[in-house]
Amino acid sequence: MKRKIRVLIAKPGLDGHDRGAKVVAKALRDAGMEVIYTGLRQTPEQIVKTAIQEDVDLIGLSILSGAHMNICKKLLQLMKENEIENTPVFVGGIIPTDDAEELKKMGIKEVFGPGTSLTLIVEKIRELFSEVEA
Amino acid sequence: MKQLLEKLEKKDIKALAKLITYVENNPGIDIVDKLPTKGAKIIGFTGSPGAGKSTLVNSVISTLRNKGYSVGVIAIDPSSPFTGGAFLGDRIRMKNHFLDDKVFIRSMSSGNSLGGLNESVFDVIKLMDAFGFDYVLIETVGAGQSEVDIVYVSDIVVLVLSPGSGDEIQLLKSGIMEIGDIYVVNKSDLDGADYLKSYLEAIFSISNKRKPIIKTIATSNSGVEELVKTIDLLLKEFHKNGEIKIRRERRLKKHAESIITRKIKEELSSLEVTGSINTVVKNVLKRLCDSF
Ligand SMILES: Nc1nc2c(ncn2[C@@H]2O[C@H](COP(=O)(O)OP(=O)(O)OP(=O)(O)O)[C@@H](O)[C@H]2O)c(=O)[nH]1
Ligand SMILES: [Mg+2]
Repeated sequence: MKRKIRVLIAKPGLDGHDRGAKVVAKALRDAGMEVIYTGLRQTPEQIVKTAIQEDVDLIGLSILSGAHMNICKKLLQLMKENEIENTPVFVGGIIPTDDAEELKKMGIKEVFGPGTSLTLIVEKIRELFSEVEA
Repeated sequence: MKQLLEKLEKKDIKALAKLITYVENNPGIDIVDKLPTKGAKIIGFTGSPGAGKSTLVNSVISTLRNKGYSVGVIAIDPSSPFTGGAFLGDRIRMKNHFLDDKVFIRSMSSGNSLGGLNESVFDVIKLMDAFGFDYVLIETVGAGQSEVDIVYVSDIVVLVLSPGSGDEIQLLKSGIMEIGDIYVVNKSDLDGADYLKSYLEAIFSISNKRKPIIKTIATSNSGVEELVKTIDLLLKEFHKNGEIKIRRERRLKKHAESIITRKIKEELSSLEVTGSINTVVKNVLKRLCDSF
């Protein structure tokens, strides 16, 4: 039986817009994945606990608040402490190119800017999944 | 696998989460069979979309936690019959408990099983029981068949209704009225709550049934204390009058049925049989066409 891909889509930070996150979540659902959606204003602690309980294969963050550096750093650190650092994390949102590079160095697997097509996102996530499965 | 089971016994959250994934992806696997039964109280919450089930579950968790109980939650949302994908969003309403180590929330899709509930839900309940939760709360959306299925997995079913949602009409349809042990009129801060409550009372009096009806405002915990009290009282009664035994046997039987159904389906899809099925289908089609 083919294993279903489980993805956590979380929206950390203080801004109140989750339209982008929902659009991506629905695209992943339509691609046959199970998307666990947790809504607005998630702290890195909450995201890590949710990821553990839901045993997700990937974590996606939607960040528009500009606080991506701090959030990602904190999250990756907590993931390490909880020994789930092998779960790939991707980020979507308004993120300057320099920061995107920095995030990837930090351990974020993919950064999707505002113009990224949903098809590409789905494709990349499948790729990330098969990398961890292998 | 053995390692995971040992860790489960030591109340390792990650082991529980991994085992759930495992039983979800390997239906019919027998790893949970030998697990101890610890007697968690299994409460089903169902009702029409948007009635406030998740918000109510959130509030029930708070009440149970105040009493010191640990709680496992299985939140089931429908999956697309076409892609198999699912948007599992019940957690949004349960944020208060994300950091509480005595609360474990797991989202599941209904899968594409015939009866509405994912077959693995039986195994997930067993795992949560063996882990040692005092209560296991199951949320399913009551659209179609699944609200009937929840009866087969729970010790008690709470039917969540809300005013102005057309629930009154739903109630008249046979089946739905039968499945609830406790009726909740949620969103009782809204107009029409009293009407809905007296409507329920009227239906009960016609059918000579007496079932608890409780008004709640899930968003502000109002009425939830009473709901939890009612659940516990009714459970006690069920233990006394043997109903709980009947229900747990029914659960086992239903589980067996779902395993058998899957096995038959698997057999059917094996090549050899499919050949003869195709012949049968062709013959039936031919007969139907000929009769036109
Ligand atoms: N006014 C009012 N709104 C409520 C109450 N309980 C829940 N809601 C709101 O109703 C909406 C739906 O609540 P949910 O808890 O998600 O409902 P649900 O039944 O779990 O929905 P699905 O899982 O999508 O079927 C949310 O906006 C809640 O805030 C209540 O007692 N009063
Ligand atoms: Mg819900």
